[in-house]
Amino acid sequence: MDDHAAGSSAGGSGDSGASREALQEAQLKLVLMQTDSKFTQQELPACKPILTPKWVITVFVIVGVIFVPIGIASLRASQQVVEIVDRYDDACVPANATDKLSYIQNSSIPKTCTRTLMVTKDMKQPIFVYYQLDNFYQNHRRYVKSRNDVQLRDASKANDTANCDPEATANGQPIVPCGLIAWTLPTFRKLYGRIHVDLKANDTITVQLENNYNTYSFGGKKKLVLSTATWLGGKNDFLGFAYLSVGGLCFFLAFAFTLLYLIKPRKQGDNNYLSWNRTPTGR
Amino acid sequence: MAHVTRLARSAPSSLLCTVSASLCLTGHIARFSGPGPLLRETADESPARSYGELDAAAEIWRRTAVLVLRPSPSPSRLQFFAKLKAMKRFVYINDESYQNDYCDNRISNTKYTLWNFLPKNLWEQFRFVTLSATKEAWDDYNRYISDRQANEKELWIVKNGSRKHIQAQDIQVGNIVWIRENEEVPCDLVLLGTSEPQGVCHVETAALDGETDLKTRVIPPPCVGLEFDQLHKLKGVIECPVPDKDIRRFDANIHLFPPFIDNDICPLSINNTLLQSCYLRNTEWACGVAVYTGNETKLGMSRGVPEPKLTAMDAMIDKLTGAIFLFQLSLVVVLGSAGNIWKDSEARKQWYVKYDDDEPWYQILVIPLRFELLCSIMIPISIKVSLDFVKSLYAKFIDWDEEMFDLENDTPAHAANTAISEDLGQVEYVLTDKTGTLTENKMIFRRCCIGGTSYGNECGDALKDVELLNAIANGSPHVIKFLTVMTLCNTVIPIKSPNGSISYKAQSQDEDALVNAAANLHMVLVSKNGNIAGRMSVVVLDCQSGKILLLSKGADEAVLPCAYSGQQTKTFVDAVDKYAQLGLRTLCLAWRELESEEYAEWSRLFKEANSALTDREVGVPETIEILRQSGINFWMLTGDKQSTAIQIALLCNLISSEPKGQLLYINGRTEDEVARSLERVILTMRITSSEPKELAFVVDGWALEIILTHYSEAFTELAVLSKTALCCRVTPSQKAQLVKLLKSCDYRTLAIGDGGNDVRMIQQAHIGVGISGREGLQAARAADYSIGKFRFLKRLILVHGRYSYNRTAFLSQYSFYKSLLICFIQIFFSFLSGIAGTSLFNSVSLMAYNVFYTSIPVLTTVLDKDLSEKTVMQNPEILLYCQAGRLLNPSTFAGWFGRSLYHAIVIFLITIHAYSNERSEMEELSMVALSGSIWLQAFVVTLEMNSFTFVQLLAIWGNCIAFYAINFFISSIPSSGMYTIMFRLCKQPAYWITLLLISGVGMGPVLALKYFRYTYRPSAINVLQKAERSRGPMYSLVNLESQLRSDKDTMMVPVATTPVKGKSSVYEPLLSDSPMASRRSLGSSSFDIFQPAHSRTSYPRNIKAN
Repeated sequence: MDDHAAGSSAGGSGDSGASREALQEAQLKLVLMQTDSKFTQQELPACKPILTPKWVITVFVIVGVIFVPIGIASLRASQQVVEIVDRYDDACVPANATDKLSYIQNSSIPKTCTRTLMVTKDMKQPIFVYYQLDNFYQNHRRYVKSRNDVQLRDASKANDTANCDPEATANGQPIVPCGLIAWTLPTFRKLYGRIHVDLKANDTITVQLENNYNTYSFGGKKKLVLSTATWLGGKNDFLGFAYLSVGGLCFFLAFAFTLLYLIKPRKQGDNNYLSWNRTPTGR
Repeated sequence: MAHVTRLARSAPSSLLCTVSASLCLTGHIARFSGPGPLLRETADESPARSYGELDAAAEIWRRTAVLVLRPSPSPSRLQFFAKLKAMKRFVYINDESYQNDYCDNRISNTKYTLWNFLPKNLWEQFRFVTLSATKEAWDDYNRYISDRQANEKELWIVKNGSRKHIQAQDIQVGNIVWIRENEEVPCDLVLLGTSEPQGVCHVETAALDGETDLKTRVIPPPCVGLEFDQLHKLKGVIECPVPDKDIRRFDANIHLFPPFIDNDICPLSINNTLLQSCYLRNTEWACGVAVYTGNETKLGMSRGVPEPKLTAMDAMIDKLTGAIFLFQLSLVVVLGSAGNIWKDSEARKQWYVKYDDDEPWYQILVIPLRFELLCSIMIPISIKVSLDFVKSLYAKFIDWDEEMFDLENDTPAHAANTAISEDLGQVEYVLTDKTGTLTENKMIFRRCCIGGTSYGNECGDALKDVELLNAIANGSPHVIKFLTVMTLCNTVIPIKSPNGSISYKAQSQDEDALVNAAANLHMVLVSKNGNIAGRMSVVVLDCQSGKILLLSKGADEAVLPCAYSGQQTKTFVDAVDKYAQLGLRTLCLAWRELESEEYAEWSRLFKEANSALTDREVGVPETIEILRQSGINFWMLTGDKQSTAIQIALLCNLISSEPKGQLLYINGRTEDEVARSLERVILTMRITSSEPKELAFVVDGWALEIILTHYSEAFTELAVLSKTALCCRVTPSQKAQLVKLLKSCDYRTLAIGDGGNDVRMIQQAHIGVGISGREGLQAARAADYSIGKFRFLKRLILVHGRYSYNRTAFLSQYSFYKSLLICFIQIFFSFLSGIAGTSLFNSVSLMAYNVFYTSIPVLTTVLDKDLSEKTVMQNPEILLYCQAGRLLNPSTFAGWFGRSLYHAIVIFLITIHAYSNERSEMEELSMVALSGSIWLQAFVVTLEMNSFTFVQLLAIWGNCIAFYAINFFISSIPSSGMYTIMFRLCKQPAYWITLLLISGVGMGPVLALKYFRYTYRPSAINVLQKAERSRGPMYSLVNLESQLRSDKDTMMVPVATTPVKGKSSVYEPLLSDSPMASRRSLGSSSFDIFQPAHSRTSYPRNIKAN
């Protein structure tokens, strides 16, 4: 490699007599050649970090320092969210109806149901109103694939019901929106609307709804949810707790490694650790 | 005929014996009417050691007495011929009416046709469905182009009595083809005529067998003396075997029709043929009849599809792939049945998914097939492509390596086989040739002993010995005979240049040296001949005296027993021994007058094999020492005398003298003797194996033959016990047999040699290394790697082999890791989607994940170096990690498997919890999970790499940026399923917080575990890494010098002063670190499914035997 570089620099100096540009070009070429030969000789400059105790302990401390505040902030955000959940699928079936299934499947019975909700805490607008369904496999393969984006995007494409089987057509007419489509996960929420008024604690809200959808055959739960939102979204303690515990664990590990390092120090790069330098024992 | 010396062109004046003009040789030598005394002697000389030897003997037999038909065939050969007879082809010379349905001369090297490309390729790539089909197709297209060029080459043939210009591909069997000097032979021809009056022509067969010397081909007797225009009208029939690939054998008969000469049937041999791809040299023109054409020529038949060499790593990867495949199948079965059960019990209640009540029976297959589709990505498609890529880079690094550039001969190292670099790092046995490999193999005529008088003893150069010169000047009969034998008894072809000077083209270094020496002593050769089977004989007629002389030369064992019984051979035996002690290569010459009284004269000539201390090639002992330290066993296989071999071995550090080492001899002439000797040696080996003593055994070709035939099992045990072996006087086929034996014990073998006699061994071994030295390029051509000097071997193994192994180990396991990761996420998701086999990721993301996001960063592992080259050279023991397969085996793979499972759980759980309720939109969820995978894999690559050049940093983090760029682009396409998704996500703080959490949870334990092991359970590699790096920030050119010095002070000392002896002390602690990691332990592991049964042996690795 050195020979190579020396050879090309000699060539470069020869050019220098000709003109300054030629020299610059030669120098550039030299640099390129050096890089090239460094690559071919596998000698590209490299940084070789190793896992020293100092380095690893610092990493864990830094992770802990970052994670704990994020955890606290997330948890606070989640705690600030006021959420009212009202399950109505049971309550909306009249007490005299012995069989919920036949009740819901009987289209001649009116299904209108009135729910009264009590606001537990002050809620700042906007307040989101969700419709929640539990134990519902809306990401079932047959359900997921049953959707048509084209139809959804453009009103003039109402007849496009490809992929929407088995909910493509009814009575020879295309269903709009067609398909079984969906949001994800067995338990999901769907935004129904927003309330642009602040609610005070102990306010009551009366909701009138039609209990039409049959969840009784598969044990699904229908709920009405009123919720405020923060920068992190709705009520979700998971992120906060996860961050706090990970941060805590990092501190613990950093502490444990420090302790280990102090109690049982290992000399870096001691060749006596090499097995072939140890004197054979037990022979 | 080949051995009947004909004088080329200028007959009488051509033999210039300025000293004695008494000898004149001429062409037509006595036709021996049957096996005379000479023939019997030749055939008897080597009492059938093996079939191959017998064959060789028969070959001499046939060649010596050309006009005698075949030697009386053995029963097996009779059967062989009988079989042939059933499948003969008859070539009617120059006869359109008999033209037949044999194929034309169109050649095709392409592997595929338009019709079978797809099925054949699919079949070949069965193990991995691969993307390299396009590359294959491209390569094949290029082969097609070059084939077409060859096919459309114009040349002359005789048709209907006149010459015609046609394309090479239109040659039919039976056509007479005309070739001019320096033209390539277009198909296999039987020679009919040449421009030379003696009816010979010279061909260069390098393309066929790699031998660079010129070979002489002769016209069959019935055609001798035919005029130019007679050739146009020639008719006849040639009876020849069906096409085969044996380029040294052609057993055929020619029968010319009247009016051409006698009605005799004349046998043909390979010496009467011109084979495809040879070049006509030193001959103005030649013509011959086409017997084999197109792909049926000897070359075409032998080309075949070379069996690709499979590295141990590839085999392991295949095995792991097989295991994953079974895992995948069982997952499909389990999940498929679970899905069907869930469907029947639960999904019927989920009325909204609208299952039909009476669906056709095959609906039961839908869910398992869905899962099969989901799990199919478990076996990474990209691994084959990635491996192809990095392997070709490994090979390029070898080609480029300036430290392996041989300045003396101006040749770089070259990797002809780009696919087996990893095997270099796993070599356990090196089988080396002595001549020219360990020694520089410069042949110089040094000493001789003629008729009891020794010359050249004082000055070490016989050519300068005044006594010898005087003897020549005086015409001393013994000396003249000696020079005659030296000049004539060889295969050298003299080439006369226009200015009258004569140069020699020799097949071997010895002959070259001899003829040149003789030329210096005023004996100039103008013609030639030969065979090299331990002994070689030439019959010449002295036309002045009318005497027929048999001239012989050969190794002392071969020649001395033939000596006339009354003769005093003791002086010669002593002289041979004495010269051998000096490390010289010895050769005996003999001559004998035939038909005359039992008169024999013995001469002997000794040549320097250039192996004395001063001449030994630079760096050989150091190289052997370092490689031995790294746990590689050395076997030296040589054709030399035992004493010479031992001498060389001592000089090369291969064996140590007493009391440090001990040499055990296996010898004997009879089966019993050999058996006893072998038993004794094994016993000694067993007893002393625990002592720190270097044991080696020596065996000669004779005993080896007996052992290999009768006691191969005992010998295998010996092979396992012994680190070092010397095998002397072994033939090329025995060399190959030894390689095979070691291979059968499941050792990785590397054969290194430089001569044509090493070719078989080189091809047989897992890795063949050729030294592109003086003995021609035959070995280098046949080899997988060619290097200029033996000392480059240590760099080839320790640097290139080791890095290649490490890099491939990481790359392959990582490929499985990332495929498993995405697959596990899919499977977890299916539990939330009613086990119906819903894919969480869309097809675009899945494709891009495998092809871009995860493939490119890891490719930069080709630049990764765990230890600097210097450290490796100083601590060659570290190679054990590669040899024992520590970095890629079922247990390391289990680690990666576990990691992918853990990471999949982390990604999945965090994603679904962070993105629950109102956020749980499937496209968003899938993108969060995908981003999590990308982030984690970037961290994993970072953590697993040892050194970072800007290329790595660019690839790893540039890839992350590219991921977002690509997804922003896709998210901006309205028709894509991901429209707006990525923009929405990137605006949410929750997205970034989730990813940070995934990275933290995913990498925290991995880092902690790695650190813990690194510090408290370090592998030797870790220790050296720390040692290397704690001694300064980085090696720069400035402090390299001082660094080197301090190395010697601090670190070399313990390595050097601790005596590294007996393998046990070296290996045991390493092995006990993780017994599972050793390759041997594979046998009992559950991953053993695809292991071929025969390769398992009950022999433990010798490290364990202790």
